[in-house]
Amino acid sequence: MGLDSKPSSTLHGTASHDLADFPVPTGREENWRFTPLSRLRGLHDGTAAGSGTVVVNVDAAPEVTVETVGRDDPRIGRAFVPADRVSAQAFTSFEKATVITVPKEAVTTRPTVVTLRGEGGGAVYGHVVVAVEPLAEAVVVFDHQGSAVYADNVEFVVGDGATLKVVSLQDWADDAVHVSQHHAHLGKDATYKSFVVTLGGDLVRLSPSVSYTGRGADADLSGLYFADAGQHIEHRLLVDHTVPDCRSNVDYRGALQGDDAHAVWIGDVIIRVEATGTDTYELNRNLLLTDGARADSVPNLEILTGEVAGAGHASASGRLDDEHLFYLQARGIPYDEARRLVIRGFFAQLIQKIEVDEIRERVLGAVEAELGS
Amino acid sequence: MSTLEIRDLHVAVEDKEILRGVNLTVRAGETHALMGPNGSGKSTLAYAVAGHPKYTITSGTVTLDGEDVLSMSVDERARAGLFLAMQYPVEVPGVSVSNFLRSAVTAVRGEAPKLRVFTKELKEGMDALSIDPAFAQRNLNEGFSGGEKKRHEILQLELLKPKIAILDETDSGLDVDALRVVSEGVNRFGASGETGVLLITHYTRILRYVKPDFVHVFAGGRVVEEGGPELADQLEAEGYERYTKATA
Ligand SMILES: Nc1ncnc2c1ncn2[C@@H]1O[C@H](COP(=O)(O)OP(=O)(O)O)[C@@H](O)[C@H]1O
Ligand SMILES: [Mg+2]
Repeated sequence: MGLDSKPSSTLHGTASHDLADFPVPTGREENWRFTPLSRLRGLHDGTAAGSGTVVVNVDAAPEVTVETVGRDDPRIGRAFVPADRVSAQAFTSFEKATVITVPKEAVTTRPTVVTLRGEGGGAVYGHVVVAVEPLAEAVVVFDHQGSAVYADNVEFVVGDGATLKVVSLQDWADDAVHVSQHHAHLGKDATYKSFVVTLGGDLVRLSPSVSYTGRGADADLSGLYFADAGQHIEHRLLVDHTVPDCRSNVDYRGALQGDDAHAVWIGDVIIRVEATGTDTYELNRNLLLTDGARADSVPNLEILTGEVAGAGHASASGRLDDEHLFYLQARGIPYDEARRLVIRGFFAQLIQKIEVDEIRERVLGAVEAELGS
Repeated sequence: MSTLEIRDLHVAVEDKEILRGVNLTVRAGETHALMGPNGSGKSTLAYAVAGHPKYTITSGTVTLDGEDVLSMSVDERARAGLFLAMQYPVEVPGVSVSNFLRSAVTAVRGEAPKLRVFTKELKEGMDALSIDPAFAQRNLNEGFSGGEKKRHEILQLELLKPKIAILDETDSGLDVDALRVVSEGVNRFGASGETGVLLITHYTRILRYVKPDFVHVFAGGRVVEEGGPELADQLEAEGYERYTKATA
């Protein structure tokens, strides 16, 4: 992917493995204008003290190999190039990386669960590579918990005809700061399903991106978030269609409640000149449950070819619909329960997409817990 | 025996007075037809009694068995025994029919029905109204045809067994088969003699299936004439013209 062929209107002037190529953001950049830099604890300007701990534990399916490797492992940085300052900081600062490999044609019998538990202290930098070899199928769950100032890059390399389903739970403690890049690099006829759930943390900025290397690949990116008072939750998606006949579908939904609850969703989809026959749709919906909450939702669909199979986007942010509540209440259902039913309904179609029963139950439980408060 | 009593009810929407002194009493065992031209305020009356937040009561009273309905929240009214079958039931994404019905039944009865009992009750209710059992898993009213929505309103009526039911143009937009099915449901509901029905309609067609004891003509935000079933026949022959002229 040539850097100079980046479409003009769509962000990221720079992509580099070298931190020095990224000036310290001021907050005026398109890329950073929604993020409260003062709450990044120095992840963005090199002042973060790297003395914290995030314990990584992998409970792997038997078919999968898990390795902890050093910086010089050749599998690192193959599939992606950092495109912002914090991603580059993480890339130049991590000490050990986790490499998870799903061998060719292996079909895993259970999910591989990566638990990342923050134990406080200063900044921690992480790197994970998940390589799914051709025709293999796997489910990988990332479960982020505890207290941390954490910046990381996760590379998903999905081989030809392979299928990878990823669930990433950001269930951090209230004071956590997490800035993360999830990049999926899809082979011919590959299937990638990402489900992001962001609930906890003071500031979470997660940037899922997808690139394609062969025809017929399919990316499905779902996200669910719940921003409470004071939380900043930001998801920045980039799907770059560079080859013909691939699909992408993005569906992110969030609920916000409490003073200064802030959610940001950026959805960039580029369909390059050569990416004929692309089929893409992206959707973001926000439910503002109280005054004082704010949602910024910015879909960007840039189509550079005349021959697409489908391309659309939608974004809507609003309050609970009074007519929905009235209907349920008119059948005797008390207000609080009616509200819960409607909010659950708002997320239901998304949650139903989670194929791992225990994760789906956990996400449902987490949503219930948010609704109870 | 239950009584819904509406006295000198005045209702405004966005500072515009729509209802101008409505008086109406519906007792258990009675079926009342409330008929009137479009825009006369029939739905406003229904919504005001049900407690929709858009409608402001400026004066008057509504009581159910002597209890002040207007001081109750929407859900309290439903639990007290009032039911409104809506003219335009809303679609609620992501909330399944079965989940919704179970929540409603639990709220109104004050305890959760046993799952097996409820499933059976639901199946019988749906059969009686010729509703495809697959609807139980669908999202509430989402993608339902007009007729399917109305049948589903009557299903709720039969499951919730209110004291007094207000049916707002449940007959509108139904073909003859659906009208018959829906009417049978209303008649089953009324058959006990312990419930009252206020049937709001624009047309006399449904009155061939659901026989009213009383007919009220509604125009300009109030009841302008009352009588027995013969009044419906007169409306059928003459239309609403003379009432709309009188209030214009
Ligand atoms: N929610 C509303 N907002 C604004 N105007 C309304 C609303 N509901 C009713 N109205 C007005 O009140 C009058 C009566 O309407 P409605 O009660 O729907 O009559 P009907 O059911 O007899 O056709 C109409 O003029 C209508 O425009
Ligand atoms: Mg009406």
